[in-house]
Amino acid sequence: MSRVSSSVNNLQINLINIRNKQTNNIFLSDPVMLFVFVPCFLSGLNNVRTPTCVPVARMSTEPLGGGGDNLKYALLVGAAFVGSLTYVSKINLFLSSPSLVLICFLMRTPAADSTSPSHKLPSHTPYLLIGGGTASFAAARSIRARDPGAKVLIVTDEPDLPYMRPPLSKELWFSDDPSVTETLRFKQWNGKERSIYFQPPSFYINPEDLDSAENGGVAVLTSKKVVHMDVRGNKVKLDDDTEISYDKCLIATGGIPRSLQVLERSGEEVMKRTTLFRKIEDFKSLDKVSRSVNSITIIGGGFLGSELACALGRKSTESGLEVVQMFPEKGNMGKVLPEYLSNWTTEKVKKEGVKIISEALVKSVACKDDKLEIQLKDGRLVRTDHIVAAVGLEPNVDLAKSAGLEVDSDFGGYRVNAELQARSNIWVAGDAACFYDIRLGRRRVEHHDHAVVSGRLAGENMTGASKPYWHQSMFWSDLGPDVGYEAIGIVDSSLPTVGVFAKATAKDTPKAATEKSGTGIRSESETEDTATSPVASATPAPAVEHKDDYGKGVIFYLRDKVVVGIILWNVFNRMPIARKIIKDGEEHADLNEVAKLFNIHED
Amino acid sequence: MSSVREEGKDKIIFVTKEDHEIPSSADLIEEDPDDPYEEKGLILPNGEINWNCPCLGGMASGPCGTEFKDAFSCFHYSKEEVKGSDCLEQFGVMQECLQKYPEIYPQEDDSSSSQTSQDSAPAEPPSPNRAPGNEQDSETTTPNKESSEES
Repeated sequence: MSRVSSSVNNLQINLINIRNKQTNNIFLSDPVMLFVFVPCFLSGLNNVRTPTCVPVARMSTEPLGGGGDNLKYALLVGAAFVGSLTYVSKINLFLSSPSLVLICFLMRTPAADSTSPSHKLPSHTPYLLIGGGTASFAAARSIRARDPGAKVLIVTDEPDLPYMRPPLSKELWFSDDPSVTETLRFKQWNGKERSIYFQPPSFYINPEDLDSAENGGVAVLTSKKVVHMDVRGNKVKLDDDTEISYDKCLIATGGIPRSLQVLERSGEEVMKRTTLFRKIEDFKSLDKVSRSVNSITIIGGGFLGSELACALGRKSTESGLEVVQMFPEKGNMGKVLPEYLSNWTTEKVKKEGVKIISEALVKSVACKDDKLEIQLKDGRLVRTDHIVAAVGLEPNVDLAKSAGLEVDSDFGGYRVNAELQARSNIWVAGDAACFYDIRLGRRRVEHHDHAVVSGRLAGENMTGASKPYWHQSMFWSDLGPDVGYEAIGIVDSSLPTVGVFAKATAKDTPKAATEKSGTGIRSESETEDTATSPVASATPAPAVEHKDDYGKGVIFYLRDKVVVGIILWNVFNRMPIARKIIKDGEEHADLNEVAKLFNIHED
Repeated sequence: MSSVREEGKDKIIFVTKEDHEIPSSADLIEEDPDDPYEEKGLILPNGEINWNCPCLGGMASGPCGTEFKDAFSCFHYSKEEVKGSDCLEQFGVMQECLQKYPEIYPQEDDSSSSQTSQDSAPAEPPSPNRAPGNEQDSETTTPNKESSEES
């Protein structure tokens, strides 16, 4: 700062000379004018950016350099000079100098977002991803891998960075850590712990720094919703009126949990005691609820409902919580598994401590004396403290109207082609995409792996790949320690199925596969099957049912004699073969021969 | 002996180990290595590196992606007797970058391409044409299911 002190010395000398000359020149009689505004004027001539005002205290933290800083520097010098002069000459220059008033005015605390023009949200981004879930993150990865130095901006209305959803209804509930609702960490099957967040915050860069990032990066703008899309202008508008233009855009807005009309009609007291489960905040609140109530009822018998029921059921053994699950079908996963398997699975879910009420249609729900009363259409009444609704997902197509994008009337979601493209420069992936699957036809898939696969594909196509959806995604579910399966393709219980099962042994469960410990719960009946001819009747004799333990096997789903879906029932690491069979799309005369390819008797 | 039963439209077959020991007569279509639609392994048919390969564990798309690509490209195209010996500078620069993000790239002894358990890739088992020795990692938590977990 020796520059300052020598300048101050010079200024002092000059001022004394000026005062002695008693001129009327404003620049000479007002020292502040001379030493502050002249530099300001000069820097203005040099086309420096409009200086913004910062209080003196903040100046010291800013690195010197850049046009704006010249002014700050000049102001600092001017103020310091005038201050020191006041002290020396006992003339209160602050009162007599009009420009000092101006300086004080200029030095007020600025608005938070005007520290410097570079610290603002980008008004343009090459890659804009709407939605911050699994598909979006997978696309960001893909784009960054293929386009060197790519700048990717993710905009999400959630407050969280991208995270994976499956553990919210599975692993997180089995954690021994009491602070799991804060840490959101869980143990993987291989014993290693990880967070549900795909990446820690250090992976991402700030949206404000995206423009200037030398090697690009992924920035996430949280708690901001895209409310309007202008396809012709290649830009979007956020809920705070910010506009962002893009070169390529991905819509990965996922969906929101469906509610039941009866619940919506039942009023606030009921809705207060209802959870529509999907996000981190829903997991946190349900965990809290499960510790404080006596009874929870889950409405819905699909993946999410059954997984939550099993998770809560397991906890119920310690806490005495009553867990009820009700659904219109005859058994758990009734829309996915063939009836015999759905029934078998339901028995397993009951063993997890869940009270199953099947063939249940909810007529009305009321809140009486702080308890919920669920009236079923067949007259049964269920009294409970809290409801979890797991009755499906409504794909989020809010932007369809403003963007002029087509919405599919059969499956819901944005209609896209086989390359996941809706229009030029606009792709859709994940739960919200109704796409054309070359092998299986038009569909919309709501599974995690599909979000990954379609997100990746969208990212590839956004960087010029032009590839169709080809690599089949898979999904999986665990319903307790005895039942675990992986599936691929169209797995719809209304299709004809062929199931090939092996005799179960103690080794064949998800729990056993990971822990290699005997469960001891496996089938009691290991005797040989005696029936060798097909039985035409629909219901087997009870004795046969007892012997039919569907320990492990493979189930084929057929459409026009072609296998379109496969479930690997308690057999693992065979997905590539399943994928191949679906890809081939051949008619196979004997599916038992196809089943041999899976080696179901081996581990 | 296998048993067959039908419940409406669903057929149920129980088979013993012996039943399945006879080799399958089912025909699978032969794979076309040049199929443009298929997921590729680490090296594309034209000899270039597939940066989007899940086997790379997301190294090419993270904060040190550029440095990684420089180093790995140099290695891939290196014609030296000790492959990559002419790439020490690039690897050094990459190492510096990795150290700046310990949360994402935890420093382990054998850290090369697939160390972080945070990284993402589809939950896929290695396909036959994937580069051997490169484990892929996974975005999913799928347990015993897929053999796609990284070390």
